[in-house]
Amino acid sequence: MNGVIAGISYRALLGRRRIWLLILLPLVLIGLSLLLRLLGVTDERTTVTLMQTFAIGTMLPLLGLIAGTGVIAPEIDDGTIIHLLAKPISRPVIAQTKFLVAASMLALFAAVPTFIAAYLLVNLESGIAYGFALGSFIGGIAYAAVFMLLGVLTRHAVTIGIIYALVWEGVVGNFVPGARKFSIQQWAQSIADQLSSSAFFTTEIKLSFAIPALLIVTIGAVFWAGQRLRSFSLTGDE
Amino acid sequence: MNIELAQVSRWYGNVVAVNDITMTVGPGVTGLLGPNGAGKSTLLHMMAGFLAPSGGTVTLDGNRIWHNHEIYRSIGLVPEREAVYGFLTGWQFVLSSARLHRLPNPDDAARKALALVEMESAKDRRIETYSKGMRQRVKVAAALVHDPQVLLLDEPFNGMDPRQRMHLMDLVRDMGTAGKTILFSSHILEEVERVAQHIEVLVAGRHAASGDFREIRRRMTDRPHLFRVSSSDDRRLAAALIADVSSGAVSLTEAGLEVQAVDFRRFTRLLPKVAKEADVRIWRISPADEDLESVFSYLINRSG
Repeated sequence: MNGVIAGISYRALLGRRRIWLLILLPLVLIGLSLLLRLLGVTDERTTVTLMQTFAIGTMLPLLGLIAGTGVIAPEIDDGTIIHLLAKPISRPVIAQTKFLVAASMLALFAAVPTFIAAYLLVNLESGIAYGFALGSFIGGIAYAAVFMLLGVLTRHAVTIGIIYALVWEGVVGNFVPGARKFSIQQWAQSIADQLSSSAFFTTEIKLSFAIPALLIVTIGAVFWAGQRLRSFSLTGDE
Repeated sequence: MNIELAQVSRWYGNVVAVNDITMTVGPGVTGLLGPNGAGKSTLLHMMAGFLAPSGGTVTLDGNRIWHNHEIYRSIGLVPEREAVYGFLTGWQFVLSSARLHRLPNPDDAARKALALVEMESAKDRRIETYSKGMRQRVKVAAALVHDPQVLLLDEPFNGMDPRQRMHLMDLVRDMGTAGKTILFSSHILEEVERVAQHIEVLVAGRHAASGDFREIRRRMTDRPHLFRVSSSDDRRLAAALIADVSSGAVSLTEAGLEVQAVDFRRFTRLLPKVAKEADVRIWRISPADEDLESVFSYLINRSG
């Protein structure tokens, strides 16, 4: 972790228009909760559905994509990353710092709003709010790592990330049971299920699979990103 | 400190960008000269640790440069792309550089570096409000903040106005005199001539010439030059010119005369004299092959 790099990364993420993308989705989630509350629909089943389909199913991967690629891909695109790389700092440390920045943004913009939205509907009932907040937090960490790696690996990180999040996790994951096993979203739900005792919430992936999978994916992605940065090349315009 | 390149090549697929180059860049200012696309940036990126050589080795005082972040304690790099964090002020940008180097007194170092490039007055403005030349200077300040022994600059004078250019040239020259190893790339001969004591010429990925700038300048100007001349009486001028040994060939075309001058200096003195004596008025004279590419291709054909 390097404080100077973290500082620049936070400013790059928050100081631009990107911050509106980060704020918009959590606002929609909390807005939906408020609306349901006003309409008097505050049952557990609705809350779980909102959490599963929107908080973890849509908002988390999209925010993961914005924050994960956002901490590094624009700098690689415009070449400003050279300012950080041409310094006597190990490149894996730069990757780890970028990852921590992205993960902390997801904790703030995904996990906290998820807790607030669930709390607005069912308070702390059946551990739903705590469960989904924790699931969102841990899932957010994994997304931050994977999408940051994607930002280092390819210039088409956002496109590939959207395809992964929407097509693989969204569509394929819903129809092909095997695909669900390899989905960060499903692992996040398994974590959420541990704290939640709600009868309306069941998950398929066992914790004994989800936890090692999350660890391997997160650590592996951060490590790989560090290695790729070590070999970062400027291929001249010539 | 010395940057040593030993039989360095770099290729992208089937395209060879840099071909078997061996050179040592030592203390003082070295200009890396060559037309666009000659492989200057590729070579500079390999010296800066931002590109792996496909063959050969690039070392700094014996230490491999690729995959070695420790070299940045000794190297300052000014990349060609002007992108810098636009949301930072010049001060914040240079200070961040000092902090990333873990300098004992980053504020002092940043202040000194900004003073070197005369950017103190604009230091509290965001970089996105800077002109191209100011961005270039703030990049130089960030690269100099840790007082590196080696400074690499990729086309550093591009986009600067004449005053800023002169200032940076003085700065580079002074640092060279102080014993630092400085290499900068350029495709403009005059630029290199003003600053560098030593020139390395790169043409089409090959090392075309190396040495003192006067020597290279002489080799460049002593080649046969082709001039187009139009005058009040082309035929009479042609006859007068061909009588002198400095003209290799004179041909009469519809657009005027084409003169091949074999001795450049002598020819430039001869032409006005001959015209005056023959009472011929010269309307226009233009070099037909003065572009750098033809100068360089002449050089490489001679050395190759």
